[in-house]
Amino acid sequence: MSSVRVLVGTRKGAFILNADGKRKEWTVNGPFFAGWEIYHVKGSPVDPNRLYASQSSGWFGQTMQRSDDGGATWTPVGNQFTYDGVPGTHQWYDGTPHPWEFKRVWHLEPSLTDANTVYAGVEDAALFKSTDGGGHWEELAGLRGHGTGPQWQPGAGGMCLHTILLDPGNEQRMYIAISAAGAFRTDDGGKNWKPINKGLVSNFMPNPTAEVGHCVHHVAMHPSRPEVLFMQKHWDVMRSDNAGESWREVSGNLPTDFGFAIDVHAHEPETLYVVPIKSDSEHFVPEGKLRVFRSRTGGNEWEPLTKGLPQQDCYVNVLRDAMAVDQLDACGVYFGTSGGQVYASADAGDSWTPIVRDLPAVLSVEVQTLA
Amino acid sequence: MRVILPYHLRTLAGVGAEVPLEVAAPVTAARVLDALEARYPMLRGTIRAYETGQRRAFLRFFACEEDWSHEGMEAELPEKVRKGEEPLVIVGAIAGG
Repeated sequence: MSSVRVLVGTRKGAFILNADGKRKEWTVNGPFFAGWEIYHVKGSPVDPNRLYASQSSGWFGQTMQRSDDGGATWTPVGNQFTYDGVPGTHQWYDGTPHPWEFKRVWHLEPSLTDANTVYAGVEDAALFKSTDGGGHWEELAGLRGHGTGPQWQPGAGGMCLHTILLDPGNEQRMYIAISAAGAFRTDDGGKNWKPINKGLVSNFMPNPTAEVGHCVHHVAMHPSRPEVLFMQKHWDVMRSDNAGESWREVSGNLPTDFGFAIDVHAHEPETLYVVPIKSDSEHFVPEGKLRVFRSRTGGNEWEPLTKGLPQQDCYVNVLRDAMAVDQLDACGVYFGTSGGQVYASADAGDSWTPIVRDLPAVLSVEVQTLA
Repeated sequence: MRVILPYHLRTLAGVGAEVPLEVAAPVTAARVLDALEARYPMLRGTIRAYETGQRRAFLRFFACEEDWSHEGMEAELPEKVRKGEEPLVIVGAIAGG
């Protein structure tokens, strides 16, 4: 029987939640790396027992961990992230030039074809790659070097590269997103990159339709249609049907189009999930109600999913990497909150149950579907 | 000589509170860290930054109950520390509210 393993990164450690395919009875393991910030944990699609974790601390900086047994044991691996060449400057919050400084790893994306190859999205924004299981990291410097880097600016959470999408049909194609620079695509394995932000409108910018500077919060893709992308921008939910060449807004009837997380149903490429957040100055759900919104039409028409979720006095946030789906027949959907709850739905969002209610603030949620 | 690590670095390296080290003269903070990182590679980058080689901002070094943090990485540590009679203590700042 299939089972699922949910990998949870929190402000104070990592947790691994396990259930069989019914997804009703859960075991909670952890905390791993207690006291450290775990921005992301993700497993290799080639070898599900190979996990990578980003472990960091304001005191001790960035360390990296790898497991070869599904999270039972962990080994520290390479943690040296050195920018290629002279790093140069990006814009600081006030628009002045600021030197590129490595701070932490936000997102880890294991290769679709090799368990020893993994990409890391870091703050200050850059993309690194390891081909030896995390032992050594090299920057794919074409991203920062393509020309617009000096115009990039940090979002409120820092200037982070937080999204990495690998095209399952084309090893040379990859998408990344940066707050606040925008989305970028490579078609040659990471050597050259182009901004793909046409159609995005960000009214906080001097030029709201500029080539770069957009605060993209997250991008999602269904593996069967890698040219179709869905984006939760700072404000606006967006869609591209041409690999990011152009975008159109699909916020439709959402109560607010601010948010962080966005994901796609495992078997229905036009079914999307978002968690609207009230505003950029009030990072909690509107009206005290925790609602996931689902669109079965690829955007524009959204329905609130509330069964099992608190509908009064709830003021949590759901961060950009804190939602994931499993691959089981009845698609499971999972998300974690700033209040430490991890919710699961075993029926594509129709109903929800908390797996665990009192973890530290959740930074990321990933799911592995195991045979 | 002896080094005392803060709690989170002990768990990272899988060691007890105190780490015994052999460090050839002149025994400086830099050479102690060289020896420590050679024996426990997972500690690289956690006490001193890769980019600068300098002590991370939220850590301090204490020797013979005195703050040694600003003596410089190349200054010779006190004799009692060199002889192992006193440890070099690496302390995480009490910060964070």
